[in-house]
Amino acid sequence: MNVILKHTTRRQFLKASAAAGGGLLVGLYLPGRDFAAEHKVAVTNAWVRIAPDNTITLICHRNEMGQDVFTSLALLVAEELSVDVTKMRIEQAPVEAVYANALLGGAQITGGSTSIRDAWTKLREAGATARVLLVTTAANRWKVPVAECTAKDGSVIHPSGKRLSYGELAEAAAKLPVPKTVELKKRADFTQIGKQRHRLDSPAKARGQTIFGLDVVQPGMVHASLQQCPVLGGKVAGVDDSKARAINGVIAVVNIGEGVAVVADHYWTAKTAREALDISWDYGPAAALTTERIYTTLKDGANSDGAVAKQAGDDVAVMKTATRKLSAVYESQLLAHGALEPMNCLALVSDKGCDIWTSTQYPQGAQAVAAARSGVEPANVRIWSQFVGGGFGRRLDVDVIGQAAAIAKAVPGRPVKLIWTREDDIRNDFYRPASYHTLAGGLDAEGNLVAFDCKMASSSITNRLFPGAVKDGLDGFMTEGLVNFTYGIPNMKLRVVIQEYGLRSGYWRSVSHALNAFAIECFMDELAHLAGKDPIAFRLPLLDKLPRQKAVLERVAQESGWGNPLPAGTARGLAMMESYETHQALVAEVRKTSEGLKLERLIYVVDPGIAVHPDQVIAQIQSGAVSGLINTLRSKITLKDGRIQQSNFNDFPLLRMNQMPEIKIVLLESGDKPGGMGETGVPLVAPAIANAVFSLTGKRVRSLPLSDSKIEFV
Amino acid sequence: MTSESALATTLSINDRQVDVDVARNTPLLWVLRDHLNMTGTKFGCGAGLCGACTVHVDGEPVRSCIIPVSAVGSRKITTIEAISSSKVGAAVQIAWDKIDVPQCGYCQSGQVMAATALLTRMPSPTDADIDTAMSGNICRCGTYARIRAAIHDAADGLKG
Repeated sequence: MNVILKHTTRRQFLKASAAAGGGLLVGLYLPGRDFAAEHKVAVTNAWVRIAPDNTITLICHRNEMGQDVFTSLALLVAEELSVDVTKMRIEQAPVEAVYANALLGGAQITGGSTSIRDAWTKLREAGATARVLLVTTAANRWKVPVAECTAKDGSVIHPSGKRLSYGELAEAAAKLPVPKTVELKKRADFTQIGKQRHRLDSPAKARGQTIFGLDVVQPGMVHASLQQCPVLGGKVAGVDDSKARAINGVIAVVNIGEGVAVVADHYWTAKTAREALDISWDYGPAAALTTERIYTTLKDGANSDGAVAKQAGDDVAVMKTATRKLSAVYESQLLAHGALEPMNCLALVSDKGCDIWTSTQYPQGAQAVAAARSGVEPANVRIWSQFVGGGFGRRLDVDVIGQAAAIAKAVPGRPVKLIWTREDDIRNDFYRPASYHTLAGGLDAEGNLVAFDCKMASSSITNRLFPGAVKDGLDGFMTEGLVNFTYGIPNMKLRVVIQEYGLRSGYWRSVSHALNAFAIECFMDELAHLAGKDPIAFRLPLLDKLPRQKAVLERVAQESGWGNPLPAGTARGLAMMESYETHQALVAEVRKTSEGLKLERLIYVVDPGIAVHPDQVIAQIQSGAVSGLINTLRSKITLKDGRIQQSNFNDFPLLRMNQMPEIKIVLLESGDKPGGMGETGVPLVAPAIANAVFSLTGKRVRSLPLSDSKIEFV
Repeated sequence: MTSESALATTLSINDRQVDVDVARNTPLLWVLRDHLNMTGTKFGCGAGLCGACTVHVDGEPVRSCIIPVSAVGSRKITTIEAISSSKVGAAVQIAWDKIDVPQCGYCQSGQVMAATALLTRMPSPTDADIDTAMSGNICRCGTYARIRAAIHDAADGLKG
């Protein structure tokens, strides 16, 4: 299991408390704190709220960005609470310690494909505990044994015909002592988890009714447009705002250090006036940065020893005596995130404190930065999380929230909506890092892989976002795909070198799984070729200790007809890995046509352990595949004179309908708990396609995007 | 604003006459979102590249982020807020529900508007027709396979 940031394991308790206005609250809290006392029975420090009218609400503690947390987390509660999930209301949680993500260092943060894994037991326990209290209350009221009462579809019933709704029981149930343990349903008894269901948020999204951060309207709201330094990290040296201020509707011009904002009555006015600002910049140290410089820096960094993520045997000694050897360098490009909702934030600084309405993956971080830049105490900063128009890791960074708070501070009492243009969004990203891998492999006389060395040089996002979390040079977000390396190679060393290169980096969907999988799975293909062996036959003996991994590999062979002859001009490529406790393998099919190369099909076999919401597990793989294609085909970020050269979707392309291959997905649930799905579809796309291209053309590509090597698909 | 740059006019939006008084070069998108609080139509790129802002003008799909309000005149604007009133729009949304097309959902207003325009014009689109009509609408979450399936499903439903 990838526990990225260490946390102290703590016993957790369930405690019921009466919600303000009647009803039952069930929540988890950490020992040493008394929620009822501390929060005066505040309604939102829990997951399950049952109102007297029997409205049952999930207070959803993770941010919905398309990955289906709203419905999936509700399913966990609904199953144990014996209510139909389609009858539940979902509300977004505020920032509270109880909503800690145990898999991400205890922060209230949505990412790392952790939401279901983190909630799997605790949300089912929350539902089960509420059910037990409700049933006990009914039994007490009816003076019958608890065992004769059943919770069903939002009511407690008794064979004698007695029935009380949860809403009628909730207030009394809240007064009962909470059981220390609660029994959870067996998987065979699930009626909702693992069954085909619809997303709860789908219909509103098809009707334009969903409120994203950018859609929030508040009374008296004004708009802001911010001109940031064209070179990242630069600062305002001076500004002539006379032309901007002359525009009708402009309310204020605010210098916030990294840029100058115009505040106006309407967005278009703010944007127009911002373009009329005359700003002189202190460009800072990044003014000379180029893409070439970045790769030179990484290449130099790759000479360092780095930190060992995983090792076995003595790869150096065995490599020396290997019958055949190979070494290679693999590189991945910088990427922007390109979430379709541009970065934005609505902030109000008033005598009540600071209110923030925004699309975010990190409400706790949003609270901290809003407090820091507005000067309001964190306890008085309220984060109103909205539906997220795409996260992909970009919204783990809360820079735009800090900016909005700083601007709002200058116009207190007025809600200020800061909207970035698409150009702002592409040029002020926290970029998917570039990476530089050096690999070496040694085969024995029989063509078995006996020695393997892999070193990844790249930027540490974790050092920037979570200072202190990286220990001894091992960044848990860089070692993905290394610490959980699936191959049992008898002599191997897998290392990371943290090498900064002067450009800020950020978590991009699947983070280092993609970087490491591209290098490793392509290089394994190269070694198989060197050994004269089939890529699957080459890998299978190395998977003896991981039967689930072996199973997905064997199944993808079956599903893709691997080994069967292909029509002329067609080829297959393979990649596999374990990521987020989910095992997967992918075969890509490519074909030569008269118009050029065609990407025909991606065939996934995925073992997610348990699929809580099966149709949405499929959806997440479909989605991850498209992110993987963006990483693979044409997209990249480049720099010249410290400036990002791309600006919009013309020069930073995202995948379009007419570029989609067919995608076939087979689920093989063989675990006893769910694995992470949000990012799983991404990392194998690049190596599977690169390996297919090699098989078809004999051309080995070792860098991304493929278009840089003139590999383009029609 | 000066009298040359202001535009006080009446727009036809979803079969209603709506008075606006805005800077004449304001894109229709921002008139809808910002002046009329109609936030169903989305801002994605401001350059006509992503399709999130798609509305209908006299039934044709257009990118409202690059149409200045001064260019609309008296033509009929239809937005996502009203598209369910059309037989085709309603069928598209039912198909979208059936197949659970949306993920984050941000592009979906534009997708629905583009799909409705396609099916209105072409009741039995081929996959190539769908490619042509829908490739202007980016979905960063990659729901394309489901969009395609839902368009075919809606087409079948409208015939039956």
